[in-house]
Amino acid sequence: MTGQTIERVTTVVIGAGHAGLAASKFLTDRSIDHVVLERGEVANSWRRERWDSLRLLTPNWQCSVPGLRYEGPDPDGYLTMTEIAEFIERFAKVSGAPVRTSTNVTRVRRAGDEYQVTTSDGEMRCRAVVIASGACNQPALPQFAAAVPVSVEQLTPFDYSDPGQLPDGGVLVVGASATGVQLAAELAQSGRPVTLSVGEHVRLPRTYRGRDILWWMDATGVWDERYDEVDDLTRARRLPSPQLVGTSERATLDMNALTEMGVGLVGRWAAVRDGRALFSGGLRNVFSLADLKMTRLLDTFDEWARAHGHDGEVGPPERFAPTRVPASGRLQLDLGSGEIAAIVWATGFRPDYGWLHVPVVDAKGQLRHDGGVVDSPGLYALGLPVLRRRKSTFIYGIEDDAREVIGHLAGYLAA
Amino acid sequence: MTTVTNGVNVQALLDARDALRGAPEAAQFTWRASARWNHGVHSTINVQSFFGLGQEQTHLEESVFEADHPEVFAATDKGITPIEYLIVGLASCLTAGVASVAENRGIQLRSVEATVEGAHDIRGILGADSDVRNGYNDIKVTFTIDADASRQEIEALVAQSQKRSAVFDALTNPTNVTVEVA
Repeated sequence: MTGQTIERVTTVVIGAGHAGLAASKFLTDRSIDHVVLERGEVANSWRRERWDSLRLLTPNWQCSVPGLRYEGPDPDGYLTMTEIAEFIERFAKVSGAPVRTSTNVTRVRRAGDEYQVTTSDGEMRCRAVVIASGACNQPALPQFAAAVPVSVEQLTPFDYSDPGQLPDGGVLVVGASATGVQLAAELAQSGRPVTLSVGEHVRLPRTYRGRDILWWMDATGVWDERYDEVDDLTRARRLPSPQLVGTSERATLDMNALTEMGVGLVGRWAAVRDGRALFSGGLRNVFSLADLKMTRLLDTFDEWARAHGHDGEVGPPERFAPTRVPASGRLQLDLGSGEIAAIVWATGFRPDYGWLHVPVVDAKGQLRHDGGVVDSPGLYALGLPVLRRRKSTFIYGIEDDAREVIGHLAGYLAA
Repeated sequence: MTTVTNGVNVQALLDARDALRGAPEAAQFTWRASARWNHGVHSTINVQSFFGLGQEQTHLEESVFEADHPEVFAATDKGITPIEYLIVGLASCLTAGVASVAENRGIQLRSVEATVEGAHDIRGILGADSDVRNGYNDIKVTFTIDADASRQEIEALVAQSQKRSAVFDALTNPTNVTVEVA
């Protein structure tokens, strides 16, 4: 690339998902010249890094971005991956975002009081960078995954598309957040014997008193709680996604539902020893914690409905059966016995900042930022868990965050 | 919030959490116990020193424990059995957790009692049946708590104390153990 001219632009946005496009919308509104660099195509992760049956966890009526909202025939449904990719594509068109697709950012470094951005297409200089490359770039696996016998096939949610892809035989799904419970259910329904390893999790009913649970989260203000009001922000940002699935039946997919489907529940996978998976004996308590937390949340919903006069509009209060503890809690499983043919790791994701040559990533691989204002002048982030509010990672949560973060960026450029 | 007086210095614990977040080396503790065989299956265990916060530390006083087996094991019963020491640890750890969490949540405790029962099939240690494990098959802890709190709040105290308990973790999760001859 030597000798090639360096392109100048005021602001570079990295990633053309809903977060990067929302940043672009507010930059355009403020007439700040910018480009949106996208390694693949618009909504790339939704197109290439998700399994076939996945639908959004948020209902369609809640699906909105700045200047565009869902106006289709099924407000209570949940978008498929094709539909959400189309929605984000439409957002890019409507907002006229200056997206450059197939442009991979390989390095960002500080250059004087600017940033030098190296892409698969050349070099750029800019005063500000908005990182909107997502929080789920890589599956996070425990170290002991390396100790699993080679006879057992291992998949991450990035590899998984549908049950037919797995070998015949038993499947061990690891992790009981939204991903783990959805894949465990789908694999059990395909006729495979499924064991699910369950650590701390967030239990929620799909609907409560006749409304989608996310309606309650929104209406009561839980989703709007700001990052600087949250009691323990580190914990809030690490919270696993709730046990929800988007289906036309609006079905609840909690541990009891999985038990009824024949899924065997075991504790958190703690270690591999002599070819055996060893599970925690603390399953009962993670159930208690999740049950208690869910009940407390529903109590606050009931109080809110009473205090704000909504009792007449919604159904009567409901309470759900405690999570049933399996009679024979297995503590270990011989991975060499043939009982388990495949393992699906639903143990979470982490962002990839390998390209970011600015010292703003902490020891745990997370960006150091204060509500999206990264610890380096002119560097910003969007679309990370509880970035500025609890709803930050939801599609409709981006608008408030992007408006405020781009407001700060504009102030920085003007200073 | 009314002032509660369970006697746990929660502020010191919260301060330590903040301080150690950025200083993981100082958070590395080593706990020690040394056992001396007396006679039969009776031994005496001394505990006084430990390492932590980057230096050697000592308890205010040395503690001495007798361990033995009961007469039904044809032993001298000069102390409790080693496996009973495990449930001593569990009961005290969870009880300390309940007090700490209650203090932090502003819940005044009047009384806390924990009863622990560990189900143990001794055919394992006797080698009478190789399918039976040596250790506990099941442990049950029952708390009786009198406090200024609802049943739901008390259940949450007990759940949180398990979540943050060192002994609960040590018993429910595998731990690497190295035993060697000096």
